[in-house]
Amino acid sequence: MDQPVKLACRNVWKVYGNHPDQFFEQGNGVVDDASAHAAAIRDAGHIVACGDVSFDVHVGEIFVIMGLSGSGKSTIVRCLSRLVEPTAGEVLLDGENLLKKSSAELIEIRRHKMGMVFQSFGLLPHLNVMDNVAFPLKLQGIGIGERRERAQRVIDLVGLGGRERSYPRQLSGGQQQRVGIARSLAVEPDIWFLDEPFSALDPLIRREMQNEFLGIQEQLRKSIVFITHDFLEALRIADRMMIMKDGQIVQVGTPAELIVNPADDYVAEFTTDVPITRVLTAGAIAREANGQGAGEDLPEVAADCCVEDLLPALASAGSVRVRGDGGVLGVATAADVIRMLARESRAEGR
Amino acid sequence: MPRDADSLSRFLWPVLIGLLLLAQFAGSPGDWFIAWPTEWVLPFTSSLNTAMDWFVETAGWFFRGLSDILAVPVSAVQKFLHWLPWPVVVAVTAVLSWAASGWRLALFSTLALLYMVVVGYWPESMNSLSLVIISVPLAIAIGFAFGVWGFRSERAAGVIQPMLDMLQTIPAFAYLLPILLLFGFGPVVGLIASLLYAFPPMVRNTMLGLRSVPTDIVESGLMSGATPRQLFWQVRIPAASRQLLLGANQSTMAAVSMVIIASIIGGTADIGWEVLSRIRKAQFGESILAGIVIALLAMVIDRITYGFAGREADDGERSASPWSRHRYLWIGLVAALVTFLLSTVIPALREWPREWEIYPAEAMNSWLEGFILTWSEFIGTLKTIAFYYLMLPVRVGLVDTITPFSWGFEFTPAMRWGYGAAVLALSAWTWWRGRFHLAMTIMFLGILLYFGLTKLSWLVLVLMAGALGYQLGGRRLAVGTLAALGFLVLAGIWPQAMLSVYLCGIAVLISFLVGGCIGVIASEVGVVSRVVRPVNDTLQTMPLFVILIPFVMIFKIGEFSALLAIVAYAIVPAIRYTEHGLRNLPNDVIEAATCMGCTRWQLLTQVKLPLAMPVIMLGLNQTIMYAIAMLVIAALVGTNGLGQQVYIGLGDGDFGIGIVAGIGMAIIAMVADRFTQGWSAARQAAYS
Repeated sequence: MDQPVKLACRNVWKVYGNHPDQFFEQGNGVVDDASAHAAAIRDAGHIVACGDVSFDVHVGEIFVIMGLSGSGKSTIVRCLSRLVEPTAGEVLLDGENLLKKSSAELIEIRRHKMGMVFQSFGLLPHLNVMDNVAFPLKLQGIGIGERRERAQRVIDLVGLGGRERSYPRQLSGGQQQRVGIARSLAVEPDIWFLDEPFSALDPLIRREMQNEFLGIQEQLRKSIVFITHDFLEALRIADRMMIMKDGQIVQVGTPAELIVNPADDYVAEFTTDVPITRVLTAGAIAREANGQGAGEDLPEVAADCCVEDLLPALASAGSVRVRGDGGVLGVATAADVIRMLARESRAEGR
Repeated sequence: MPRDADSLSRFLWPVLIGLLLLAQFAGSPGDWFIAWPTEWVLPFTSSLNTAMDWFVETAGWFFRGLSDILAVPVSAVQKFLHWLPWPVVVAVTAVLSWAASGWRLALFSTLALLYMVVVGYWPESMNSLSLVIISVPLAIAIGFAFGVWGFRSERAAGVIQPMLDMLQTIPAFAYLLPILLLFGFGPVVGLIASLLYAFPPMVRNTMLGLRSVPTDIVESGLMSGATPRQLFWQVRIPAASRQLLLGANQSTMAAVSMVIIASIIGGTADIGWEVLSRIRKAQFGESILAGIVIALLAMVIDRITYGFAGREADDGERSASPWSRHRYLWIGLVAALVTFLLSTVIPALREWPREWEIYPAEAMNSWLEGFILTWSEFIGTLKTIAFYYLMLPVRVGLVDTITPFSWGFEFTPAMRWGYGAAVLALSAWTWWRGRFHLAMTIMFLGILLYFGLTKLSWLVLVLMAGALGYQLGGRRLAVGTLAALGFLVLAGIWPQAMLSVYLCGIAVLISFLVGGCIGVIASEVGVVSRVVRPVNDTLQTMPLFVILIPFVMIFKIGEFSALLAIVAYAIVPAIRYTEHGLRNLPNDVIEAATCMGCTRWQLLTQVKLPLAMPVIMLGLNQTIMYAIAMLVIAALVGTNGLGQQVYIGLGDGDFGIGIVAGIGMAIIAMVADRFTQGWSAARQAAYS
């Protein structure tokens, strides 16, 4: 990644129980063997909601946290915003440790740098769309004229122009979540948290919202932490993703890396239903094949081109030259592709 | 139930039943285990009186001072309402009703207030209203403060909850006297009593409302950068507003009913006093006319506050000019001004002329006399049947009930043996069918009917209650029950308590059976439901006094009237919960049963009723609570038992007697509450 780190999560632990602090002598959460430490905590009758979680979110990146319910993904995103107080670890926003901030400083940071979207929307039932979106601005004490104007801008951005005076109960689920998105964007945050924003919506609406979300991100280029339990959703939108299980990280990487090199059976399990030809990219094949030779006369494809789109070129030329950001990565032959696909389907057949 | 608990039960209950039989047959009425000897009674009453005397002497000045301070706004509001021409009040109320829920309510309120004017009860109504106007905001403010405190701190909630339980289960009459002693005579007593009675619902609703604000909303407030104060006032409170307004509505209704009840101490010249003194003088036409005023007052206040609570937030699309935003305020002001100006011109609008009053009390009285004469035979028969065949056997047992004078024959030894054999046989048969608990219940009821509740051994009854408590709620409930019932025995009010239990028990039985049937029918037949619902609503908002009137009119003073009045009030939750339980079952189960080919009857008896049982049991719980609440009021028309004791205390200014009897009623209510809740919880747990 060439972009600087926006938000860094360092060895964050969240332990529930009577005396969670007893397990951490230093506040930074660094331990020798995280798994052993977590097991010890569990044996002591405490619950490890997340254990030794570390990752970076770069500027303009969509970082997806994927896991089943109870995997700790909601807890970790709440630790990042300090809605839940982590037991140990560090959360660095622009290099400053959030966990050391006073509550007044934290309020300031939330008012100007963070935005969050919730699974069940979290709209205030007594306010209409306009006032819901303008609510964070009102809390900052911004006058009614400016607040209306800024709210109107984000309302138009999410496509709710004309519904400003409606109340949440008069809107459909998809529209309510648009209000939630608009509200979280009203303060023009640097870092944007989305906690399963589309999980409460039905599949068709979900897909539409995902597209619009990507469209908005195209314009705004926020640094995003996106929580989901839906692997396909993660694949669609993630720049990089992290899979969690029982409060701990299983694997971090790009969607293709996860599919091609699943860290364990748990990750592989998710990938079984994925149409591999849509996810596997030319870059991954070229890197895997480690093929030599530039092959000047071969057709050239981009590294993020998926296998499905690669097939016509392979059918005519037999192999292609793959170009990444930093130059030519290598050559992918039809045999490489087939070998890769065969490996995947063997994994599925297990 | 786990296996060992089951075997314990199978051992315990036959032993207890045997013990009861032994006590009844071996003991005589003078034995200590049948009736607690008077010389063993602990002097709770006199020590409470001494303590109260001391307290009044040392701290009385404080309460007197408070009373003087509170009297100022009360009399100011009273004077203002009296000075205000009646059309102004009518107009303002009408606009308020319109704003709350629309023109229908406005029409109803106008007619209701006009009735008060025309009948000539306007000044009395305004006196009651002024107490309500002062006590409601205070009650809501206090309740809100306690509610917020209870929401903020778990420990505070732990203190507040039992306090609320106590305030709501000790009959209001019991704490009228200490208030009287502390604050002295006057309208302030009514104010304080209604405050004490009216703030608990607000506390409960505030705590409930604030607790049930969805986490998402709170978190979204936090992420919007709310300071703690902003989070509370701009996020939590608005999000809980529906529940808060419901609490305000319930508090208001409690205040209204308590203002009426408090008028029993007299000297207030309000509408409650009017009803009460008329009932006492057996002037039924008058009491009905005044009673209607109370009912109307309560209904208008309830509908208006409920209307505001249930109103959806304004539906957008409206222009936000000052006129439209405050249009009801403007209309109200204009209406008040116009009516006020009119009243300065037209004297009848200033004060309704006496000769225009329509007061048909005489005609009603003579009509009633005619009615009673015509139906006297029927009324007499009904009373006799209920008395000799239901109430007396439960109270003193078949042994003493069956005489040639009452049933027309002697209770011969052969019959006694026959009765015993029949009960035993029925019980054995049910046991053999595997219904052990039912068999034990039959045995117990058989013994109870034979000897009479008031003559059963207190010792065995207390033990049985303890055992039942253990099975329903574990050791804690058992110990609590034993201690609470032990208090009744030691304080020497066990006999009165049993008289209360007897009357309440019969009333609950009738209410639950009849109400349950009505509820079942209402759940199956839409028309019945639509008819029953408004009747229930009315009965529930009706101050308890008023329910007494028609029964006393027809059946005269006595236990039977009291019984009917209790049933009339306590039947409401039985109907409501049954219908609600049956109507709100999981749809998939009903569909599955229908697909299996259930007939409507099978569906009802084998699927719906068992599934709805936990909810119906909650209805039973509420029925018992309602019956106990009404029992105290019903004591006004002549019942024995704890209710009567409370009155004796109030009448004689004997604090000790009143409060001990009041605590006694609270004990019965709480034990019954925990038992039914325990049972309901056990049933619910068995399903999930």
